[in-house]
Amino acid sequence: MTSPSNSFDDGPFLVVDDLSVRFPTSDGVVSAVSNLSYEVELGKTLGIVGESGSGKSVSSMAILGLHDRRSTELSGSIRVGGDEILGKGEEAMRALRGNDVAMIFQDALAALHPYFRIGKQLTEAYLAHHPSASKRDAEKRAIEMLDRVGIPQPDMRFKDYPHQFSGGMRQRVMIAMALINDPKLVIADEPTTALDVTVQAQILDLLQDLQREFNSAIILITHDLGVVAEFADDVMVMYGGRAVEKGPAKDILVRPEMPYTWGLLSSIPDVEADTNAKLIPIAGNPPSLLNLPSGCSFHPRCPHTGKVPGNLCSTELPELLPARSGPTHFKRCHLADPEAVYREEVLPEIAPDLLEEDR
Amino acid sequence: MWAYVVRRCLVGVALIMALTLITFALFFASPVDPARFACGKNCSAEQRDVTRAALGYDKPFVVQWAGYLKGLAVGRDFPLDAEQRAAAPDQVTHCAAPCLGYSHLDSKTVNEMVADALPITASLAIVALVMWLIGGVLFGILAAIHQGSLIDRGVVGGTLVIYAFPSFAIAVFLLQYVAVKWGIVPLPRYTEIADGGLWAWFSNLLLPALTLALLYLAGYVRMTRAFVLESLSEDYIRTAKAKGLKSRTVVFKHALRAALTPLVTMTGLDFASLLGGAIITERVFTYHGLGMLTVDANNSSDLAVLVGIVLLAGMIVIIANIVVDVLYAYIDPRVKVA
Repeated sequence: MTSPSNSFDDGPFLVVDDLSVRFPTSDGVVSAVSNLSYEVELGKTLGIVGESGSGKSVSSMAILGLHDRRSTELSGSIRVGGDEILGKGEEAMRALRGNDVAMIFQDALAALHPYFRIGKQLTEAYLAHHPSASKRDAEKRAIEMLDRVGIPQPDMRFKDYPHQFSGGMRQRVMIAMALINDPKLVIADEPTTALDVTVQAQILDLLQDLQREFNSAIILITHDLGVVAEFADDVMVMYGGRAVEKGPAKDILVRPEMPYTWGLLSSIPDVEADTNAKLIPIAGNPPSLLNLPSGCSFHPRCPHTGKVPGNLCSTELPELLPARSGPTHFKRCHLADPEAVYREEVLPEIAPDLLEEDR
Repeated sequence: MWAYVVRRCLVGVALIMALTLITFALFFASPVDPARFACGKNCSAEQRDVTRAALGYDKPFVVQWAGYLKGLAVGRDFPLDAEQRAAAPDQVTHCAAPCLGYSHLDSKTVNEMVADALPITASLAIVALVMWLIGGVLFGILAAIHQGSLIDRGVVGGTLVIYAFPSFAIAVFLLQYVAVKWGIVPLPRYTEIADGGLWAWFSNLLLPALTLALLYLAGYVRMTRAFVLESLSEDYIRTAKAKGLKSRTVVFKHALRAALTPLVTMTGLDFASLLGGAIITERVFTYHGLGMLTVDANNSSDLAVLVGIVLLAGMIVIIANIVVDVLYAYIDPRVKVA
């Protein structure tokens, strides 16, 4: 198989540098993603976390070039396997999509075509990038993939329509379809959102197994920090189209330094948690991307702005600077000592047991 | 599946019976004396009574209705009066099932009249259907994939302008200019395939079918455009693009496939209603189809013919509905008929 990896030796497989995605509309310009940078290595998983409208899906759609060219302004750089893809022609992007970079969508019922048998949808994905392969080869490959993702009797189910599968099985089909061409980068956009909790775990385990087997890079888009905790190597938290905190998953989960991340952590339900622990929702609504708040986008919802001298939070956008816990952990916050605030004010509220363990 | 079809057909039969009842009720509500019109001008009171008995108009409503249903099911013989039949056995006309009635004015069964007119109307409808479907779907897709652009506005606006013209204006224009003045095609005269071959049949149908097709075109362009746009915004289209399929495949296979379902329904019903006769088009081009038959029957107050045609048109719509519903199960795998 030809792939850009031939011309690529080391370094992260995906490098997103200073990416901005804007949609000019009649009401003004929607800044869906602003100056976003991140990278993912082969065999690693990056979890992108954020609320709806935080730009997490938009930025990954840009990697596949799925935006309407006429109505989208893209700037910055996206390098896949060392190859710049922004500005590539439609045919070059088509050759990339589903081949080197594949996507697993949430809600497989809507994402699979209701009128085509899943076998046909799978072979179609294979033949799109193997034009010289025969139909029988494609069928063999499709059945092999269905078997690999754990669908019982794959040669029978091959002829079924998407609605004849259960939710979890359908998501497995979706995964088989995404992986049929051995992609090096898999973008999983909330792959478990439409599923119930036990099935969620199975699907995530499957993804993890497949990643080990194929050594692919995975971007896992989710709003669930719990999923990230189990699955991701690195985490990027997004808010209002910007990265507000990023770093190794352990650092972000254990020593978060940005009040929005604290908010996300406080709102994870945990069945095993201390009964004294509170589930605290983040007050307010996600910002309008048409008209982002001045300064730090999170300041209208942030309960800690009082600890920052002056009106800094509402006047100046904090830089993405190294955090205390390590050189690979970055945060975008004006707080002088966010760690202290977290330990003294946030932790006692959300996880009193954790605090005791530490002492 | 078959149980479903049988059940639908039974419901269809019940509907047809209800339809005959309503048509009959209207027939009786009409202020004209059917026997007077059936008997024609210069008809004496005695002759009128004979006609009345021959057509069964002297019987009560329910008996007439039952007789009509019987005719539909097994056929019947005219005149209906047994004495008249016995008196002149050589003048008895057998009307085979499904008997739609007997026109005393033309001394023919309605079935015979329909048998002459229906092929003409059906030919018109079929050719028009092919024209508007091809045009509608192609222009609809063209407009959808260029949504908001000049092409989109041109296609939608252009078909709307055509739609705004009354069909007689288009028909007269086509006849007057394309056929008479410019002589691009010969004057349309209905030619059966058996007489002049396929090409003669088709070329003579060109103008009247085009008139009808243009009438439906705007609607089909707009609907195809809307359905394709709707399916283009679906998640599974994004999936198809993310798989790396060519945009041609995405539009013509994935998007059109989903848009097809509502189009089939519309097409089935429009085609069925067109089979009931295209009065204006048939009149301008003097095609003696069902539409003209209706107009003539109306002009001569031939109620028997009108009842027959109304019933026929109703039956066609009912059958088309069943066909469309059964087709649905094939087109949309999610639909389970049981």
